[in-house]
Amino acid sequence: MMVFVHDFLKESARRQPDKPYLLCDRKVHTFGRIDQDSDRVACALQRSSIARGDRVAVFMENSAELVASVFGILKAGTVFVVINPTTKSKKLAYILSDCGVRALIAQSRLARVVEPALAEAPSVQTVLWVGDPPADARPGRTFAQVLAEPHQPPADPGLIDQDLCTIIYTSGSTGNPKGVMLTHRNMTNTAWAISTYIGNVPDDVVVCVLPLSFDYGLYQVINGARVGFTVLLEHSFAYPYKVLQDMAEHRVTGLPGVPTIFATLLQMAPFDGVDLSSLRYMTNTAAAFPPAHIRRLQELFPQAEIFSMYGLTECTRVCYLDPARLEDKITSVGKAMPNEEVYIVDDQGQRVGPNVVGELVIRGANVMRGYWGKPEETAKRLREGDIPGEKVLYSGDYFRMDEEGFLYFIGRKDDIFKCKGEKISPKEIEHVLYELDAVAEAAVIGVDDPIDGSAIKAFVVLRDGAGLTEQDIRHHCRANLENYMVPKFVEIRDSLPKTESGKIKKTALAK
Amino acid sequence: MDRQEQIRAYIVDNFLLGQDDGFGNTDSLLGSGVVDSTGVLEVVGFLEKTFSIQLSDEDLVPENLDTIQNMAAFVGRKLAGPGAAAETAP
Repeated sequence: MMVFVHDFLKESARRQPDKPYLLCDRKVHTFGRIDQDSDRVACALQRSSIARGDRVAVFMENSAELVASVFGILKAGTVFVVINPTTKSKKLAYILSDCGVRALIAQSRLARVVEPALAEAPSVQTVLWVGDPPADARPGRTFAQVLAEPHQPPADPGLIDQDLCTIIYTSGSTGNPKGVMLTHRNMTNTAWAISTYIGNVPDDVVVCVLPLSFDYGLYQVINGARVGFTVLLEHSFAYPYKVLQDMAEHRVTGLPGVPTIFATLLQMAPFDGVDLSSLRYMTNTAAAFPPAHIRRLQELFPQAEIFSMYGLTECTRVCYLDPARLEDKITSVGKAMPNEEVYIVDDQGQRVGPNVVGELVIRGANVMRGYWGKPEETAKRLREGDIPGEKVLYSGDYFRMDEEGFLYFIGRKDDIFKCKGEKISPKEIEHVLYELDAVAEAAVIGVDDPIDGSAIKAFVVLRDGAGLTEQDIRHHCRANLENYMVPKFVEIRDSLPKTESGKIKKTALAK
Repeated sequence: MDRQEQIRAYIVDNFLLGQDDGFGNTDSLLGSGVVDSTGVLEVVGFLEKTFSIQLSDEDLVPENLDTIQNMAAFVGRKLAGPGAAAETAP
């Protein structure tokens, strides 16, 4: 029985050591190689003063080093925290401190972000640099030195499957990101459920353009280890044509995407000189898949199955639409994935009948352990289920379920929205805007955008006599927010519409 | 100002908040987190406007756009017209 997420890699490496696991930066990394490299990372962590259950953060772009780090952290008996590489110093420091990260594996190219953050995060005892360490780095070995050491298996840390595997940070409506705790049991179950309904096979070659800080990206790598398929690991989708060329060259069979990626892909059709006929399936999650886009993708890729899905970090994935039902249920995100039950409740927590809108509740082995260090926030989302002692997840999303059990997303309970598939918390951006002394009032909303679904728009009222420009505001956002959170539009106004109680009336801004 | 300096000034101004902190002309813009996918499109807009060139989908590859030096060389090739021999950074 494979009890731990790192068992997936060990088992695939035992079965097929020489098979390519990762294709990245025009290099091939076999299962055997990544397995051994991750052993070396685990040994290095165990030699430093890291104990079972400690948190180890990884801050780098998609790479073989990132994947070896993730599995190495697990083999050491520790918990991995993958942080989006466009995170800025202040938020990086927040995350490192919030879950008390003890060791950090970071790309030296990101040193100008990492070093100020380390000054604010005293819990971090050890930094392992990938690449040449910055001039003023604390003495220590580099990642390359760790990988050059002779191979030996790490000591057995004595884990059980209830131990934490990862903490994934997700934006919250209150402004501060929350660390979603997932156990090995959560993740082995979810990996099995997803790869089962997609029907992944060892012959698959799946392209991953999503950051591994995003659970959707992370699971491509985990499922690759579980099933034994090859992952074409791209840094991003910033250069779509390059990704398409790579996909054709490696005969990619699976494309996991978000609506922005598919919208870009459709704009580029008909892909002159790029043969994508190997594509067997495409998956979409993170934001609603416009039916018009689904239909055009069907025309362009008649041989490929399209999976329309829905999930949230707190339980990774909730549901998927059987591709066979795409014709008659095109606006649905389908039914619960294997080994999971979902239902819809009213405001009193009572289950509602077909086609009544209510909050979606999720029950299953995929449901998180809670938010790290936030018992009150956890209690709001994890509530008593029907079985005494069992916790079920209140999603915070409104849904309806039709007579056949198919789910339809209606909207969110709070003002969080999705841009490019990323969760956007208006509060988090407004906090950053208010850090500018010249800003008297700020409000952030999502506005319709043909490519991204929603684009971020900030409305700002300046203090009297303040000479701030839109450009100044955007600069400030760039310095303090992950790139995807930087508002596309900034509008300076004399005043903002208010409710009778004096709160900013965002519904009026949206018009 | 030559092309490379012009591009550098734009990157520093728009993505490094005006702080020219020694970011190298051969450093990866995407890899170091300076520019993300949206930023790439902004950079493309800047190159098209500033140098009066048109970029096609095929031009949007890291070999052309991921470092300041690559961009300057790419603009040089673009201005020299199709079929022109590869020009190194000016």
